[in-house]
Amino acid sequence: MSLPARSPAALLLLGLAACAQPAPPPVQTAVIDPYANATGGALYQGDLAGGTLGIEATAEYFNGTVGNTVLFAADQATLTAEARAILTRQAEWLKTHTTFNAVVQGHAEETGTREYNLALGARRASAVQEYLVAQGVGSGRVRTLSFGKERPLAVCSDEACWAQNRRAVTVVSPAGTGS
Amino acid sequence: MMLRLLTFALSLTVAGIALPVPPALAQDGPLRIELTDGVTEPLAIALPPFHGDAGIAARIRDVVAADLTGTGLFRDVGPGSAASQPASFSEAIAYEDWRALGAQALVSAEVTQAEEAISVKFRLFDVYAGEAQGDGMQFDARAADWRRAAHKIADQIYARLTGEQPYFDSRVAFVQETGPKDARIKRIGVMDYDGQNILWMTDSSSLVLAPHFSRDGQRLVYTSFDSGFPQIRVMDIATVSSRPLTQDTGSMAFSPRFSPDGRWIAYSREQGGNTDIWLMDAATGAQRPLVQSPAIDTAPSFSPDGQRIVFESDRSGSPQLYIAGLEGGEPVRITFGDGRHGSPAWSPKGDLIAFTRQVGNRFQIATVATDGSNEKTLTESFLDESPSWAPNGRVVMFTRVTPGGNGQPQLHSVDITGRNMRPLNLDFAASDPSWGPLMP
Repeated sequence: MSLPARSPAALLLLGLAACAQPAPPPVQTAVIDPYANATGGALYQGDLAGGTLGIEATAEYFNGTVGNTVLFAADQATLTAEARAILTRQAEWLKTHTTFNAVVQGHAEETGTREYNLALGARRASAVQEYLVAQGVGSGRVRTLSFGKERPLAVCSDEACWAQNRRAVTVVSPAGTGS
Repeated sequence: MMLRLLTFALSLTVAGIALPVPPALAQDGPLRIELTDGVTEPLAIALPPFHGDAGIAARIRDVVAADLTGTGLFRDVGPGSAASQPASFSEAIAYEDWRALGAQALVSAEVTQAEEAISVKFRLFDVYAGEAQGDGMQFDARAADWRRAAHKIADQIYARLTGEQPYFDSRVAFVQETGPKDARIKRIGVMDYDGQNILWMTDSSSLVLAPHFSRDGQRLVYTSFDSGFPQIRVMDIATVSSRPLTQDTGSMAFSPRFSPDGRWIAYSREQGGNTDIWLMDAATGAQRPLVQSPAIDTAPSFSPDGQRIVFESDRSGSPQLYIAGLEGGEPVRITFGDGRHGSPAWSPKGDLIAFTRQVGNRFQIATVATDGSNEKTLTESFLDESPSWAPNGRVVMFTRVTPGGNGQPQLHSVDITGRNMRPLNLDFAASDPSWGPLMP
């Protein structure tokens, strides 16, 4: 696999976005590593929101039906058409379920150095955040985080797995509870 | 004459029968192994059984032998015959017998133990010249520190026979990795350079990455997810106590490194998806940007004089290495080749920068001169990364990861000539080595 160099246009866009985007105000809730206990059974995904909106007002619905994950090309942080479609659905859900906040977790495949992949994951998470905010989600409701290559979803060492690991995962939780 | 060498934790002292100053570097010895890029025939060294208490004397002898042969520069010719072995430390050396065995150098030593203290005397001989090389020396240590006494002796022998600074009495910080690949548990430890005497610095409750030693060997800086969000922390090794250096939940902080004088910490700071390099005053926490661009700028490493950093940036489109001065100015690019260049580490000698190069799906550890000349590939595998220099700038330790769902990282070292690649003997998976200074 050869890694395509980032196109100058994409770099320029990224640079403009980085410059134009003010740092989001800090969100006060602590974020817990959702993978820390991943082998230990049930994973807390937040409380159900009172039932008024039914099954849709759950993190499970968001993860499974809306779609919590978008994928990227190797070494890229630009959003594909498929990713933008998923993020549009995420934005609609977040605008409807205003009691939820989101943390976007950026990830990278195992190729690449640890330090670079942390930065690349941050770039991907930020691209998702910017898209959600552009779709009308309040910037204070979406924060970002990068796990670099530390938390792969698929563990094999070929493109089939790497493609799944070049991702950004939007983790939603009721405001004030953490994720 | 007694010279106290260590002031913390243990008492290891050295007495020279005529103590050279500095003790390590006798430059005028007749027997010398020249360290060049050419193929070097290992120097044949004899280490007959050390005199004194059989148990600890044998253990110290074996550590000295392992240190020396582990460099690839020395060959242990074995214990010799009973007739060739001197009956006591003070007895004359049977040079003829050792010449017959092909030995070029010979070490004679004696270990005495009194309760919790040991004393180790040694002499180094040039077998062909038939004379002592350098002065005899004596090291006193707590019995518990017998391995350090052995490393000190091996350091003396290495320095006298190579003319280089030694590195055996040094420590390495690392990250232990356990658990499945998609939920790895990571823990920072500090160990002797040869994998012994492991001290754990963190528990397994939060993800930790890439510790780096301060030049005095007493502190580590590292990246921790213990707040759920990557931030940098500093660890005092003696007390195993840490504190956060950054606490801004709107900005990720990672890949920290100390300046050589310990005054500054350079690190990567992410804001709005863009990663730059910042400089923090280690005492006050005051910060300022050092390298800023719309590209990814990360993995800073200081020059030995503390005036410059080398770092990784993708401002040209793919990751390459750049050097920047601490007083600002446009960074200078030093790598121009194919592939991706990252995780640079500036040699403590100042002459070379070791780094990770990715070409296609293969990773290499390579070195390059600070002016960008003489790129040299040392290793290659599915995934080699994070090189760290031995304190003498002659050996690089790095992480090698095996591929697949059960892939594991393991620490390896390689000489800067590309020879003597070897895994570190640990019974667990480990990554992110940081080689600390030669201990006093």
